[in-house]
Amino acid sequence: MTNIAKKIYVSLIFLFLYAPIGTLIVLSFNASKTRAKWGGFTVRWYLSLIQDETILEAFGTTLLIALFSSLIATVIGVISCLAMSSMKRKTRTVLMGITNIPMLNADIVTGISLMLLFISLGLKFGFGTILLSHITFNIPYVILCIMPRMKQLNPSVYEAALDLGASHLTAFFKVMLPDLLPGILSGFLMAFTMSLDDFIITHFTKGAGIDTLSTKIYTEVKKGIKPEMYALSTIIFLTVLILLLLVNLAPNRERKE
Amino acid sequence: MQKELIRLEHISKSYDGQMVLDDLNLNIHENEFVTLLGPSGCGKTTTLRILGGFVSPDTGNVIFDNQNITKLPPNKRSLNTVFQKYALFTHMTIADNIAFGLKIKNKSKSYIDDKIKYALKLVNLEGYEKRMPDSLSGGQQQRIAIARAIVNEPKVLLLDEPLGALDLKLRQEMQYELIRMKNELGITFVYVTHDQEEALTMSDTIVVMNQGYIQQIGSPESIYNEPENAFVADFIGESNIIAATMIEDKCVEILGSRFTCVDTGFGTNKPVDVVIRPEDVELVAPEDGIIKGVVTHLIFKGVHYEMEVTANGFEWLVHSTVLSPVGKEVGIKVDPFNIQIMNKPESEDEEAVALEL
Repeated sequence: MTNIAKKIYVSLIFLFLYAPIGTLIVLSFNASKTRAKWGGFTVRWYLSLIQDETILEAFGTTLLIALFSSLIATVIGVISCLAMSSMKRKTRTVLMGITNIPMLNADIVTGISLMLLFISLGLKFGFGTILLSHITFNIPYVILCIMPRMKQLNPSVYEAALDLGASHLTAFFKVMLPDLLPGILSGFLMAFTMSLDDFIITHFTKGAGIDTLSTKIYTEVKKGIKPEMYALSTIIFLTVLILLLLVNLAPNRERKE
Repeated sequence: MQKELIRLEHISKSYDGQMVLDDLNLNIHENEFVTLLGPSGCGKTTTLRILGGFVSPDTGNVIFDNQNITKLPPNKRSLNTVFQKYALFTHMTIADNIAFGLKIKNKSKSYIDDKIKYALKLVNLEGYEKRMPDSLSGGQQQRIAIARAIVNEPKVLLLDEPLGALDLKLRQEMQYELIRMKNELGITFVYVTHDQEEALTMSDTIVVMNQGYIQQIGSPESIYNEPENAFVADFIGESNIIAATMIEDKCVEILGSRFTCVDTGFGTNKPVDVVIRPEDVELVAPEDGIIKGVVTHLIFKGVHYEMEVTANGFEWLVHSTVLSPVGKEVGIKVDPFNIQIMNKPESEDEEAVALEL
């Protein structure tokens, strides 16, 4: 009896969690233009999406921003983790706290402060400012993914490499990096995902004439809801879902080996 | 004695104001098996890390083969270390692990292959080239760590409690293995441990350390039989350490009774400490003993019985293969040769401290 109750309870939770996205996905395949009735299955909206050049351009921008920002954030994150791991425990805890703050900060605050900063620096808004702001908010996620892995490392392994004649650089690339790789990979994927689905910060730092997918959807939706946007949202959701699955599966696979 | 290889001169090191090593001086010779022995926190690992180049001393010099290497980084030193937790490279095969140092030195493929074969043979793990470190047992991993170090032909191998994580049986096996390897390689081993039995079994020379000071340097026999102070006596094996008075040469008063001993030169009526090993206390008929006592505890230990005998207000620890039941009145006798006289510690630092084992 309790078992059935448990199952119902869990099903309800998932129903509430996924009902909105489910509706969206279903509607993206709806042949009828109105949301009210089901007009049969179609992939028309997806096809017209691929033919829309502004959408494709936004898609390209999104991918570029996500790729570059997560790559740069990963490099910075790895270097920061290296530095922090050799610090004293107290300093490290304080620094970790500081790096965590931007993650907890409301996106709108981060967005507006970045915008104000860019204005006061006299930067031209566009691809560069989006990239900079994405790198900024991605770094904490990367650090969050790599630091636990770093703490698990046996410090003697690095010393052993030095002891066998390796330079610090060789020891890092040949011995330390392979051990950190699962953490680095999940940090990268996490950053990529975060960048992909960010709207608010991009909205404040993008300026005119450039759009990522999320800001594109926003402007389109303001003009009136088009079913193409359902299709686009579905694609974004599925991409993020797949990336998140990768993030969570990557370290497990490593452990099983 | 062989030629001197390493000289530590006036080494001091402190962490956050805490003195770990205080003016340490030590000579290590070619082909010697030296063990740094002491409780945790005595500075033995720090000494080893200074030798390996992972820690630089605050003051003092490290002389290796007549060259001052104090400032030399670890990757430039011709010593290799076997770490406590093996520290194998888990993403590489055994062969790649062993080849690591040789590849950095740009040795030829055939040279490396020969070396891997030789090293695996030396540590009795032939045919393990393709295995991954995680698939090996702790003892096997430790052998690979040794193999990885010795292929670089170091003049000195530093071993940091290498057997600490192994079970008793394996530990004893590895002790013999290490002695055999050392003899085959003909190089110097500097070994760190807190296990006195390990130290006694393997070493040519034992350096007993406590609180950053060397307490005694000597062969296992001399450390065991002639401890220089109460700390060494207490740390190496079990012992009865009793405050006594040296009446004159070859005569010491222990707990109010006079014993004959063989030591001279301590002066007259001088307070001293005596050490009597439990196996050196002879239990005889009450009238034949120098002091009389009563057996208060009895434990069977396998090879011998461990007994406690209360005599003249002191609990004597006695090891004997002959059983004396609890409550029995006995006499205590000690062969003069087995009474070890030690000067009372002069400074606080030399005093015995509670062991944290």
